[in-house]
Amino acid sequence: MSQSLSPAVDPTPFESSVGSRSHESVVAHHFVDAEQQHATAELGMWMFLVTEIMFFGAFFLAYLIYREWYPAAFAQGSHHMDVMLGTLNTAVLLTSSFTMALAVHAAEHSQRRQLVGLLSATFVLGAVFLGIKGLEYYHKYAEQLIPFAGWTFGPTGNERVGMMAFFNLYFLMTGMHAFHMVLGLAMLAILIVLANSDRIPSSRSILVHNVGLYWHFVDLVWVYLFPFFYLVAIRPAGHL
Amino acid sequence: MSSTVISPPNRNYLNVSYTVRSWLLTHDHKRIALLYLVGVTFFFVIGGLAAAVVRLELMTPRGDLTESETYNKLFTMHGITMTFFFLIPAIPAVLGNFLVPLMVGARDLAFPKLNLLSWYLYMLGGLLTMWSILAGGVDTGWTFYTPYSSTYSNTYVMATALGVFTAGFSSILTGLNIIVTTHKMRCPGLTWFRLPLFIWSMYAASLIMVLATPVLAAAIVLVGLERVLGIGIFDPAMGGDPLLFQHLFWFYAHPAVYIMVLPAFGVISELVACFSQRRPFGYSFIGFSSFAIAILGFLVWGHHMFVSGQSVYAGLIFSLLSFLVAIPSGIKVFNWTATLYKASISWETPMLYALGFVGLFTIGGLTGLFLACLAIDVHVHDTYFVVAHFHYIMVGGTVMAFLGGIHFWWPKITGRMYPESWARLSAILIFIGFNLTFFPQFILGYLGMPRRYHIYPEEFQVLNVMSSAGASILGVGYFFPMTYLIWSIFYGPVAPDNPFGHTGLEWQTPSPPPTENFAEIPIVTEEAYNFLPDDTRQKIAEEVPLVPVA
Repeated sequence: MSQSLSPAVDPTPFESSVGSRSHESVVAHHFVDAEQQHATAELGMWMFLVTEIMFFGAFFLAYLIYREWYPAAFAQGSHHMDVMLGTLNTAVLLTSSFTMALAVHAAEHSQRRQLVGLLSATFVLGAVFLGIKGLEYYHKYAEQLIPFAGWTFGPTGNERVGMMAFFNLYFLMTGMHAFHMVLGLAMLAILIVLANSDRIPSSRSILVHNVGLYWHFVDLVWVYLFPFFYLVAIRPAGHL
Repeated sequence: MSSTVISPPNRNYLNVSYTVRSWLLTHDHKRIALLYLVGVTFFFVIGGLAAAVVRLELMTPRGDLTESETYNKLFTMHGITMTFFFLIPAIPAVLGNFLVPLMVGARDLAFPKLNLLSWYLYMLGGLLTMWSILAGGVDTGWTFYTPYSSTYSNTYVMATALGVFTAGFSSILTGLNIIVTTHKMRCPGLTWFRLPLFIWSMYAASLIMVLATPVLAAAIVLVGLERVLGIGIFDPAMGGDPLLFQHLFWFYAHPAVYIMVLPAFGVISELVACFSQRRPFGYSFIGFSSFAIAILGFLVWGHHMFVSGQSVYAGLIFSLLSFLVAIPSGIKVFNWTATLYKASISWETPMLYALGFVGLFTIGGLTGLFLACLAIDVHVHDTYFVVAHFHYIMVGGTVMAFLGGIHFWWPKITGRMYPESWARLSAILIFIGFNLTFFPQFILGYLGMPRRYHIYPEEFQVLNVMSSAGASILGVGYFFPMTYLIWSIFYGPVAPDNPFGHTGLEWQTPSPPPTENFAEIPIVTEEAYNFLPDDTRQKIAEEVPLVPVA
């Protein structure tokens, strides 16, 4: 592949074209310098997050419509949420965002040991979140509040379908969020392995930076999901 | 042909390696564009064959060729294959992939590996959909409307939906790549207002790909979860609303029309400028009108739902917003026309396609205004009028521009010229065949023939036979380019670097370009479309016969 047509200009256009720059990283052949490569990677990640916002946006739209349709049922549904566990999970997740932000800082400053430690802490906190979420799911199953698996909730008519819509949305949106958490954990695991074998020099800290952006995004989704499902009834029923 | 301009065969992106591996694992945007070209051509043929059977069935008022169920599966297969696997990727993933890095003076797209991944996702999605068709087909129509798709249809909805979902990721990756490339990879001196208009419209189309496709993905996920798990977001028995699917679907699928047609606008802007040897009239208006269309396109989805029970007030607003789309579209048509006015036009094949496009797109766009009228839409909704309207946009628009663009950049892509007389003949056949196929459908629709039925009253037969006859001419017209373009790769005359005398960075590098596109990253010092004055051009034309003579 890496033949050259212009020896006079650039002897190896497909290899590192770092030249006089002090970066030790490999700049891909189609970039002028490491700076351009970083800026490109970061913009790419932001664009990807835009697609994620639109993806979740469809579910949030469904939520808004059904909450407008069934305000009473949504308030009642939120009484079946475990606010304590939800709050705990929110705290766990926000802490993981904090450790992730510190990890990005460590990566940018070539602090390898701190980087591995902070990424691992983020990973553990993420796993704890999923564990608590699983426990909550199990409680809902035991209370037979899963609309598509053993639903036995009593009332009829509008209240019944409203509650079903609430719990359908609850499992859909928290499930979709958990799925993104799993993907985030997988990315973190890869980063931990790379960092541990010293393959993330500060010039490649964009890797950690981008995973960090993703992780914060997933946290941010939860920041909306938590009040949307757990805290509805704090406002009087009937008022959105 | 003058031999002075022909450079000796040198190392280029095509002859750098001949192994299968070097193609299937390539990161070169130009090779990936050719992989996409093979893909979209394959799916175009599949979708075309489905349309051929549909048109054959419609020759007679009775259902004598296919049963109702088979017919439903045929038009579904035609729609799904053509929209998701031909029209959406055709120009962005083939011409866009090939040209965007060349036009912005870059060595590749921003993310070459994601680009390759997008092709694999596209093929995976396409082949999954093809499998579902072979296994038994889908009968929901390409729109997958709930509750039919989520609850009642016993066909291969899941496999097809998964195929479309997968292809959606490839579309997102292509759009993301083009946006980031345009922002970050432009060569020195290439400011936004020096960009070719093709880049402006590719950028606008990419914005839609990135913003709209995830919503389709979400809608498909919801249909899938309803079929598999029973999460009834669209199920009234669980408090859901089947109409919500239509909202989500059209929030994607209406902007998707502009994913198909905005890149076509970009191609036409290049062709009109080149073959009138002029800077397009109102460069910045053409550029910004692409963005206006992209933005307005997100606000008009409700015009697909005028008779779906949405509120009258919503209908009024969607109607008004739909009318507004005509303004930027009109700006484009008027500006192309103004570019042609008193210019020294030459009549190479790409220009024939471009002129065909302007006429057909105008008819398609104006009939879109009829459909945006609430009262008229009640009459013609779900009739052949709608079918004719969107085929004028998609076939008369996108396919014409795609073919025009393929011919125009064929010398750059392959290093060979296409045979001009065969190409002109095909362009004219396609224009005639297209109009004969679809114009009668406007009349059929206005007379009240509904779409998606294979049995119809006797009095509609004449117009249907005309339509089917036109379709066969159209088929011949499409068959020729597939043949002579392949022939030209081996036997066509060797192409010079800039056979049509166009401006733009892609013409300043050899045909075909080397793998790294430019020996040296160019530095741009002049405006786009900086064509030579008439007298200078005349002088050059005498020396190089291939430059179009006024």
